[in-house]
Amino acid sequence: MRLYFKYLQILFKSQMQYRTSFLLLSLGQFFIPFAIFAGLYLLFERFGQIKGWQLFEVALCFGIIHMAFALSECFARGFDTFSSLIIKGDFDRLLVRPRSTFVQVLGSQFEFTRFGRLLQSLFVLIWAVMNLPIDWTPIKMLTLIFMIISGVLIFTGIYMLAATMCFWTVQGLEVANIFTDGGREMAQYPLNIYQKWVSRFFTYVIPFGTVNYLPLLYILGKSEGDGVLYLLTPVAGSLFILPCFLVWQFGVRHYRSTGS
Amino acid sequence: MRPYVSFLKLRLNMGMQYRTGAFAGVATQFFWGIIIIMVFEAFYQHATKTPPISLPQIITYVWLQQAFLVFVTMWFRDNELFELITSGNIAYELCRPWELYGFWYAKLLAQRLSSALLRCFPILIIALFLPATYRLTIPPSVTTLILFIITLLLGLLLLIAISMFLYISVFVTMSPVGSLLLFSVLGEFFAGLIIPVPLMPSWLQTIANILPFRWTADFPFRVYSGHISGQAAINGILIQLAYLAVLVVLGRCALNLILRKVVVQGG
Repeated sequence: MRLYFKYLQILFKSQMQYRTSFLLLSLGQFFIPFAIFAGLYLLFERFGQIKGWQLFEVALCFGIIHMAFALSECFARGFDTFSSLIIKGDFDRLLVRPRSTFVQVLGSQFEFTRFGRLLQSLFVLIWAVMNLPIDWTPIKMLTLIFMIISGVLIFTGIYMLAATMCFWTVQGLEVANIFTDGGREMAQYPLNIYQKWVSRFFTYVIPFGTVNYLPLLYILGKSEGDGVLYLLTPVAGSLFILPCFLVWQFGVRHYRSTGS
Repeated sequence: MRPYVSFLKLRLNMGMQYRTGAFAGVATQFFWGIIIIMVFEAFYQHATKTPPISLPQIITYVWLQQAFLVFVTMWFRDNELFELITSGNIAYELCRPWELYGFWYAKLLAQRLSSALLRCFPILIIALFLPATYRLTIPPSVTTLILFIITLLLGLLLLIAISMFLYISVFVTMSPVGSLLLFSVLGEFFAGLIIPVPLMPSWLQTIANILPFRWTADFPFRVYSGHISGQAAINGILIQLAYLAVLVVLGRCALNLILRKVVVQGG
């Protein structure tokens, strides 16, 4: 863990060398999701609701998933840009070092400019929470935090899967975007607005549903039953990263260098 | 004219090389399209007032957007040009015996055309045979189809004229990041890529109507579905032409003005 923070420090210093560019990029990262949120807001202004969900309820959903996405983009960026490590042959260097490849790849890139995105999702989250009549119990607060953490873990898991594919295909796969960008786009609305097959896929295969939809029902008081059970759904969802980790280990063992 | 045309051909061939990448792109856009349509479907289900555009028209709008994404997005850019400008290799470009504006215009045009040709047909064809709720409708008449093709191509020419300003601005700022961001966020929003223009509140629609971005995407797509027809479509084509003329002339002037000031520093 110390090593990872050391990596972060170095990367932060190197990115701060280009201060204007850094600020501009952060600003842009603030405005892109802002435009998406503005679109969502305008749709609510026209239609009033979406399958019985109100603006602020969806805004909460939006804030949580975008925050998880921004955090995972910050921290797990190394896996996202992994194909360049393979193509250049830089991965060979990581292999000979006496540290786990996981930490090294994780630390190879860190996108501090994504803080803009993070800030934007935080605004939406706070705005939604302030406008929703929720009586906050410790369990509910804990649930909210768990939702974000497990969202980060799921996105990271997808990045890892996509990176593992690079061992065989060398090039990065655009298809992985379906599950990262697409998953984010999809999970910004409550899952039950979609057709059955979509919501099933994103509950049982890639567990965005357990991160976002089920605990959201509990927080908003739309669910019945034991709160602790709902508290545990995001935890269950975060288990998704375990098989991803195994696949990654398998990939590393079968890696053949491109030799350049 | 000949160098431009042969350059266009060359670029088209080059673009065709990246077929696998294109198919991955098709899959992504396809998924994207379905998700967006489901969101609109959910919004429309309990709509209290009749929305200004019908659901089948929105679905068609979304599919056309996905199919012709490279015709309408700003972020689809040519890093080679940025590098030419910032690295100073622009000096070589200036030695070539043709005009820079036309040359770059042809280059950008060819890039977008080749990417779109690879991507649009698979998406359009699959979308035509989807289950009824998600199906891309065919245009109501042959005239509409012809009008659509004209407006789409004019829109593409217009978009490239707009994006030329992006490259010109790099001469001044030396970094494409800032202008690219501004252009893409503003452009995509007002082109109707985030929320279709007819669904915007009227004050925003007024702004969208004045800016050139809407005429590149929103307008041709609505012509296709018949949401804009007859005289309105003809008027729109005239507006497209006017915008195109103004932007090309302005862009050319701006580029020549800046080129006169360019100092190439050895190396």
